[in-house]
Amino acid sequence: MSRRAANLGGEPACDHCGQPVPAGLVDRDAELQFCCAGCRAVHGMLHDLGLERFYALDDDAGRQTKLTGRSYAELDDAAFQGLHCRPTAEGWLTADLYLEGVHCAACVWLVEKLPTLPDARGVVSARLDLTRQAVQITWDPTRTRLSRAAALLESLGYTPHPVRGGARERMRRREDRRFVTRLAVAGAAAGNVMLLAFALYSGLWSGMSAAHMALFSWASMAIALPAVLWAGAPFFRGALAALRTRSLHMDLPIAVGLAAGLGWSVWSTLRGHGEVYYDTVTMLVFLLLLGRYLQRRQQRRAADAAELMLSLTPRTARLLEGAGASREVPVEALVPGDEVEVLAGDSIPADGVVLHGESRVDAALLTGESAPAPVGPGAELCAGTVNMSARLRVRVSATGEQTRVGQLLAQVEAYARRRAPVVLLADRLAGIFVATALGLACLTFLIWWVIAPERALPNAMALLIVTCPCALGLATPLAVSVAIGRAARRGILIKGGDVLQLLTRPGHIYLDKTGTLTAGRVSLEHASGDRSVWPLVAALERQSAHPLARALAAALDAEDDLEVREVQEVAGGGITGVVAGRRVRVGSPAFIGADGDEAALQAAADALTPVLAEVDGEVRARFALGDPLRPDAADTLAGLRRRGWNVGILSGDHPEVVAAVARRLGLEPGRCRGGLSPEQKLSAVERAGRTNPVVMVGDGVNDAAALAAAHLGIAVHGGAEASLAAADVFLDRPGLAPVVELMDGARRTLAVIRRNLVFSLAYNIVAAALSVAGLVHPLLAALLMPLSSLTVVTSSYRGRTFAPPAEAAQAVGPEGPAVTPP
Amino acid sequence: MSVIYIALPVSILLAVLFVCFFIWASRSGQFDDLETPGVRMLFDEEEENKKQETEDSE
Repeated sequence: MSRRAANLGGEPACDHCGQPVPAGLVDRDAELQFCCAGCRAVHGMLHDLGLERFYALDDDAGRQTKLTGRSYAELDDAAFQGLHCRPTAEGWLTADLYLEGVHCAACVWLVEKLPTLPDARGVVSARLDLTRQAVQITWDPTRTRLSRAAALLESLGYTPHPVRGGARERMRRREDRRFVTRLAVAGAAAGNVMLLAFALYSGLWSGMSAAHMALFSWASMAIALPAVLWAGAPFFRGALAALRTRSLHMDLPIAVGLAAGLGWSVWSTLRGHGEVYYDTVTMLVFLLLLGRYLQRRQQRRAADAAELMLSLTPRTARLLEGAGASREVPVEALVPGDEVEVLAGDSIPADGVVLHGESRVDAALLTGESAPAPVGPGAELCAGTVNMSARLRVRVSATGEQTRVGQLLAQVEAYARRRAPVVLLADRLAGIFVATALGLACLTFLIWWVIAPERALPNAMALLIVTCPCALGLATPLAVSVAIGRAARRGILIKGGDVLQLLTRPGHIYLDKTGTLTAGRVSLEHASGDRSVWPLVAALERQSAHPLARALAAALDAEDDLEVREVQEVAGGGITGVVAGRRVRVGSPAFIGADGDEAALQAAADALTPVLAEVDGEVRARFALGDPLRPDAADTLAGLRRRGWNVGILSGDHPEVVAAVARRLGLEPGRCRGGLSPEQKLSAVERAGRTNPVVMVGDGVNDAAALAAAHLGIAVHGGAEASLAAADVFLDRPGLAPVVELMDGARRTLAVIRRNLVFSLAYNIVAAALSVAGLVHPLLAALLMPLSSLTVVTSSYRGRTFAPPAEAAQAVGPEGPAVTPP
Repeated sequence: MSVIYIALPVSILLAVLFVCFFIWASRSGQFDDLETPGVRMLFDEEEENKKQETEDSE
């Protein structure tokens, strides 16, 4: 019996990936069961190589393997190697490949076993980076080729994709390393200066010789100078940029504070008397860098995930040459006039005209229409749409940026560049803060100039230093980075910190229909009538490649193979045949000749497609097929409305279908529009965005421009690459429930930020008041400074922004009256 | 207390040494991936006949 017979309703589970095995593939006599050819191949390979330990390590079932059967010849292309491969000192080559489906320790083990496989002679090493989901392959070019290693990786169950943009990647890595180094220098300096400062403080109480005092001051200065000037350089650069653009940025008060503290301390050290604040400034640099480092890491993680999705699309085409032979070439190599072959299941590589072949093309990517459209010779195809049923020969008419998708993407990019940055609460506050601190410092100086001129400068300096916006600077980045990290663990990947602030006040939210509100796949919604004829219907429908027929055949239990004869398919109507000796007709009501059928009319009103089955001249069963709503769609929309959002639908699908969906979800019909082109979606979002904040939720290329134009774009799980590129947030978890979670998390995050800001402002007001009065003793400053930062750190980590994974069960609708599902 | 004139520079020198060591580690890529090495150590090093380390050394 199957090793993983963890039964899901009686179905056996696949022995490789643990998913249920489709009824048609269950082999009752076999010891092992597989859900697909890929899983069978991978299992066999692991077995032959003696790598069965993989299953003991893999505690997380559900990795479905798909074999693409690609040759990866493009990886050996000289142009590719020139761009993406680097020679090593030993004369080998290394290159990075993204791998689909690596997610756990077992994957690291299996991938890094690659060089030990007998077929992988010449592969020197394989190092997996789990965070980036990339493997670094090193191979000996005299003994093997990269395409060989890529094919082997695929046979292990991980589909490889070349990492595009290697140069940018290397630049980013250098930047990361420099940042870590800055952090280390700042941390080491802060720790050491703190130790010296303790000595100085205790000297203030118990007395200390001037010579020792000078030694400690000079030592502190030696450590603090490089720490502040080199490690803290980003703050000074940011402040200069802010001055040049005449905007008030958080870096400005920080830089002023740092410069004042360091300048005054150096002056005191050189003079040999006066206060030194080296500990304050170095600690400030370290804490601020730490906050930025954490935030950067979280955002990088989300950006990495998006980049991985981007490179998942195959970028090759099958170019036809001379005598019908085809060759895999990179899409970039195609020119208008070329002839390409598109196999069933492949996406179309360029805009073009069908020369030969009849098929159905799923253009949901562009139009949002859920049903694939039939195409024949002469039909125009758009790049990115998917050929569903049969091989097509296509003459290329436009490639790359000239295609309709390319133009749409250009628009997306233009929008992303034009979008004004959000003015964050902390930045606004920082502006007021700088102005106030500088004003108060001048005031203190003037007051003390009148009272006691020799104390004017020290007191003004003390004010600038104790009001150093350390906690203020930490307040936002810490709270945001903690929230982004927690959200990522809940499958919500946030690309930027400003997103959270945008979501705190409700506005308009528009959702796409196909693929967002619905699953994006046709399935059987209801069935009625005589169950005994279902096997006949299923047997007949299996003869057809029509998507409705396929969905119906898959939904009906088809156990035995009944004999099917005299099959005849009528395009746009239905199919007839003789099944097990009985005459069966399955098709639309018009095809069956039962136009007035009540069940069929009801189905049509619900935006479903009615299908009737007639056996021996009598209608025996009625089916309704459609693209079902996601199970959590109704709850999510109800949750959004309860939180004050104005919910609407923008869809490319037929207006009647959209209206029916709106009725079922209880949305205002006026806010739900169908039949929109991508350009119309964009203008609808733009119009709404002039007056209110607009959030767009979508999945396809047809939504990409609207996602970019909206104040905030959310791409749902399984979305197209363009939507991922355009969106600010993407959901790494199926369903819509994360959208509500995001809104709640954002509101709670802002509450944490506000609390942090109140803490740090309160501290600063007290400190400023004391220093205006000339009462700030260095000891008090030293005590208040870490205390205020500590409060902010604790409050950021204690804040309940996004629920931890353990509480996933209660995540939908975490507050308010319980929602009763319809 | 005059020992402090020697002890202080020595301790600072030590701190500088450790910072240099950290910079070297960071430059040689020790902090590029903070996740995978943690799981890599879980596997037994059996048939490691072909394993050669080629670290990216930029």
